[in-house]
Amino acid sequence: MKRSSNLFEGVIHGIFLILGLVTIACVLIISIYLIVSGIPAILEIGLVDFLFGTQWASTAAEPKYGILPFILTSIYGTLGAIALGVPVGVLAAVYLSKMASGPVKNTMGQMVSILAGIPSVVYGLVGMMVLVPGIRKLFQVPDGASLLAAIIVLAVMILPSIIKMSVTALEAVPKEYEDASLALGATPEETYFRVSIPAAKSGIAASVVLGVGRAIGEAMAVMMVAGNAPNMPDSLFQSVRFLTTAVASEMSYSGGLQRRALFSIALVLFIFIMLINALLNFFLKGEKKE
Amino acid sequence: MKPIITAKDLCLWYGQSQALKNIDIAIPEQSITALIGPSGCGKSTFLKTLNRMNDLIPGVKITGTVEYNGQSIFDQDVNLLRKEVGMVFQKPNPFPMSIYDNVAYGPRTHGIRDRKRLDEIVERSLRDAAIWDEVKDRLKKNALGLSGGQQQRLCIARALAVQPRVLLMDEPTSALDPISTLKIEELAAKLKDKYTIVIVTHNMQQALRISDHTAFFLLGELVEYGDTDQIFTNPADQRTNDYVTGRFG
Ligand SMILES: Nc1ncnc2c1ncn2[C@@H]1O[C@H](COP(=O)(O)OP(=O)(O)OP(=O)(O)O)[C@@H](O)[C@H]1O
Ligand SMILES: [Mg+2]
Repeated sequence: MKRSSNLFEGVIHGIFLILGLVTIACVLIISIYLIVSGIPAILEIGLVDFLFGTQWASTAAEPKYGILPFILTSIYGTLGAIALGVPVGVLAAVYLSKMASGPVKNTMGQMVSILAGIPSVVYGLVGMMVLVPGIRKLFQVPDGASLLAAIIVLAVMILPSIIKMSVTALEAVPKEYEDASLALGATPEETYFRVSIPAAKSGIAASVVLGVGRAIGEAMAVMMVAGNAPNMPDSLFQSVRFLTTAVASEMSYSGGLQRRALFSIALVLFIFIMLINALLNFFLKGEKKE
Repeated sequence: MKPIITAKDLCLWYGQSQALKNIDIAIPEQSITALIGPSGCGKSTFLKTLNRMNDLIPGVKITGTVEYNGQSIFDQDVNLLRKEVGMVFQKPNPFPMSIYDNVAYGPRTHGIRDRKRLDEIVERSLRDAAIWDEVKDRLKKNALGLSGGQQQRLCIARALAVQPRVLLMDEPTSALDPISTLKIEELAAKLKDKYTIVIVTHNMQQALRISDHTAFFLLGELVEYGDTDQIFTNPADQRTNDYVTGRFG
């Protein structure tokens, strides 16, 4: 009896171990694959020409493989989404965690969850049908598909994770801090801004980093609203292409060096996301310490 | 002595349950009033009524009157009232920011921005709270790095920084070691020259050592209120006698 249960536990343990190893193997295989397939084109094109070249003309008679436009677009797009999404998200989180009454809080919380579950292609569709024409009319530009449209769509897409994580962080702020502030004669609003938010700052920072990760990795929605031309992003109304969409839009018909260069772009994106993950871990560790 | 806070026929309910029953009390200025009584008798509730911190709890109903400075506290601006009637909590609760910013928090809230004035207020408050010498070289350090007793004195300094007239203290030493407790007691005795102090304590010796007046609460009622010496040596009510001699509670 004893032995068979030991055997049983051993088997279960083994299964879980294998499942765990599968995950690790996936990460390793993807990383190695990306590095191996991404490096040749970089060597061929030259690291500097590749990263800092301002022209991407992969199908021209004399092809150019500069991905600076994509890198900058991804960075600007992400920063723009953060600049829009973080203030809105954090304020919404303050409202939800501190001010909203029970039923309002429940309903809004559920809406946020739904927002998080909407597939990105739907964001793209709505952006295409509503936002792009809206921008064209409002700003009197020839085409609304632009960096601005992508920023707005990304900002909405990152809202749920920013709101949820910030709410969690704000709710974890000890009530004693807020009581102390109120007892000194500060108003509730003052208390939220000067005590609660600073006390929750590492959680809020982590939510921002998570938002950055989501925004920089998003492909489908931005492909549908950004116009997708490989321009340098020197205006909000420029039609632009992101790192993600650069890979996605040419992969199906590419070959040779062009194809290998797409892998290199994926590698660059991968490195960006790894850095963001490291940053996220850093903030989450800070959270735990406090 | 002139009363600074007067409660008349004060009743308080948390939802359906009554926590304070017809409290009549007049708290004299520049003295220390101790609130004693067994756990759950309403001491904290009464204390929190005085600076309207009970306003924050949903379902609280209050009847009767409480006057501060001759005017009903419920007619006064709550933020100004709390500036005048400060509070020190049971558990030291400095903000997770620097020592300086903790003390400067209140004055900044009330509109003081000038750096030099803030410096003066911070120093004066920390001196008044008898902690200046211990922290003057580390004002920029996080307040959470201080010991429990230091944190509590910092909280007192933070409360003093807005120049209150009354200081409400809810068991301010119950989380502290004997030496820190002694320091806070000495501090309270010193502060009564400038401030009126109302202190909740479970420690009979403490009430006897520092207070001028003592109020004994039981089951939401104010059983007896008078000079501390009289309450402890010659109480009028049998229940007070039983409590102070340790026969129940
Ligand atoms: N927020 C609240 N909601 C409902 N009931 C409460 C609340 N706070 C206190 N009470 C009740 O009111 C009564 C008085 O509580 P209070 O905290 O004033 O007692 P206390 O004398 O300070 O006790 P202790 O010595 O344990 O601190 C208790 O019966 C308590 O359960
Ligand atoms: Mg209490």
